Amino acid sequence: MIEVRNLNKSFEDKQVLHDVNIIFEQGKQNLIIGQSGSGKTVLLKCLVGLFEPDSGTVLFNDRDFTSMSLKQKKEIRKEIGMLFQGGALFDSMTVIENVMFPLQMFSEMSKEEQIERANFCIKRVELEDAHNKLPSEISGGMQKRAAIARAIALNPKYLFCDEPNSGLDPKTGVLIDNLIEEITQEFNITTIINTHDMNSVIVHGDNINYIYQGKVWWQGDKTEFLHTQNEELQDFIYSTEILKRLKPQS
Amino acid sequence: MQFFFNFGRYLLLMKSTFSKPLNYKYFFKQLGTEINDIGLNSLGIVSIISVFIGAVLVIQAGYQIQNPLIPAYTLGYGVRESVILEFSPTIVSLILSGKIGSSIASQIGTMRVTEQIDALDIMGVNSASFLILPKIIAGLLVFPFLVSISMMIGITGGYLAAIMWGISSSVDFIAGLNYWFVPFEIVYAIFKATFFSFLIVSISAYYGYFAKGGAEDVGRASTKAVVYGSVAILLSNLIITKLFLS
Repeated sequence: MIEVRNLNKSFEDKQVLHDVNIIFEQGKQNLIIGQSGSGKTVLLKCLVGLFEPDSGTVLFNDRDFTSMSLKQKKEIRKEIGMLFQGGALFDSMTVIENVMFPLQMFSEMSKEEQIERANFCIKRVELEDAHNKLPSEISGGMQKRAAIARAIALNPKYLFCDEPNSGLDPKTGVLIDNLIEEITQEFNITTIINTHDMNSVIVHGDNINYIYQGKVWWQGDKTEFLHTQNEELQDFIYSTEILKRLKPQS
Repeated sequence: MQFFFNFGRYLLLMKSTFSKPLNYKYFFKQLGTEINDIGLNSLGIVSIISVFIGAVLVIQAGYQIQNPLIPAYTLGYGVRESVILEFSPTIVSLILSGKIGSSIASQIGTMRVTEQIDALDIMGVNSASFLILPKIIAGLLVFPFLVSISMMIGITGGYLAAIMWGISSSVDFIAGLNYWFVPFEIVYAIFKATFFSFLIVSISAYYGYFAKGGAEDVGRASTKAVVYGSVAILLSNLIITKLFLS
């Protein structure tokens, strides 16, 4: 479980996050949604320590990440897997080398054990064919799957995903969403997904947090989501023509 | 003000860079790759430039030294001094600043804008040390080698030009090469080149590491790396020369 308490973050004069309070639950897909520029990426980066918050705390299973020393943060980071929007695979390494990278850096495994673990992760994301290919030689969807394999290589307790299906066709996007859901349940990890893809929200949103102008504007699950009376959230949900047609008539 | 901001951030980056590698096996593997990229891949350009500059130096010096009162060995002596003291360490470093500096800045800059550096940081890897330290060590190891090769090839190029176009006899040229030779000059040249290698790699790594945005910004970072790297070489060349030779 990850708990965010009274988190604030500003850049120069502009306050981006205002007093954010959220609980991200274990074994569930916790979604952060909101329009572009609402502050959700800043929130995600504060959670993983890429940005230092101005005030507030982030607790990883009651361990205060924000007040930790760099050395202590490094220990927590070994428990974190992250899927970046563009995959962020190391482009000079093949898929298997990318997946083996965290194992080489942080595990005590022998070379054979590392290869075995990497093969397991690659198989788990159904990417056996791309084993020895460079990121530039595989499609965007395959890159995302390879990035998921790398993120789960060290058996993380926490998985962060920044817009996992952006830039993908709807079918591949659904495959990636399903894969993240399966992994979350299979390994009972705390998954936090930053998205504005409505299909992901409606199908996978166990715990949805709508960020509006840097504030947590609405919290709930996928069943409550479509029936919300919150005006700003309704605007956000029903902004596309296809969803407008699905809007319940009051 | 901007200068102090950049200089302070550069020092902090260097502090973070010079830390114990997380995995020595991986570090030495990267070091080997960097030695190949920075050193062996630069050998061709260094050789070509050195041989031609050595030859041109001889032709120009021969054109200027036509007075029968000037000893015949002066040509070899002058070429040796020019190549060892200035051409090989400084001019070669300036050329390598363009070749290596832009390559390092764009490589690290691309990693920054594609979030590969963020991925390293989130894993708990010290990205500065992981990416920059092997490049700096490789530069420090290969630059003395490159400069020594450049000295040899430059002087050989000069010798060949002198003989081929009858500017000087072989005996006079070699006598000039041996005349009043001070071994300290080689030490000075190698020290200078080693220091320049640190400047080239660290400055270009700095601009790449803090690149923001997209392809255009990476290009801009690469240009800045070459410009500021070259200026740093010229400035430190003046200071080192004043300290060692005056």
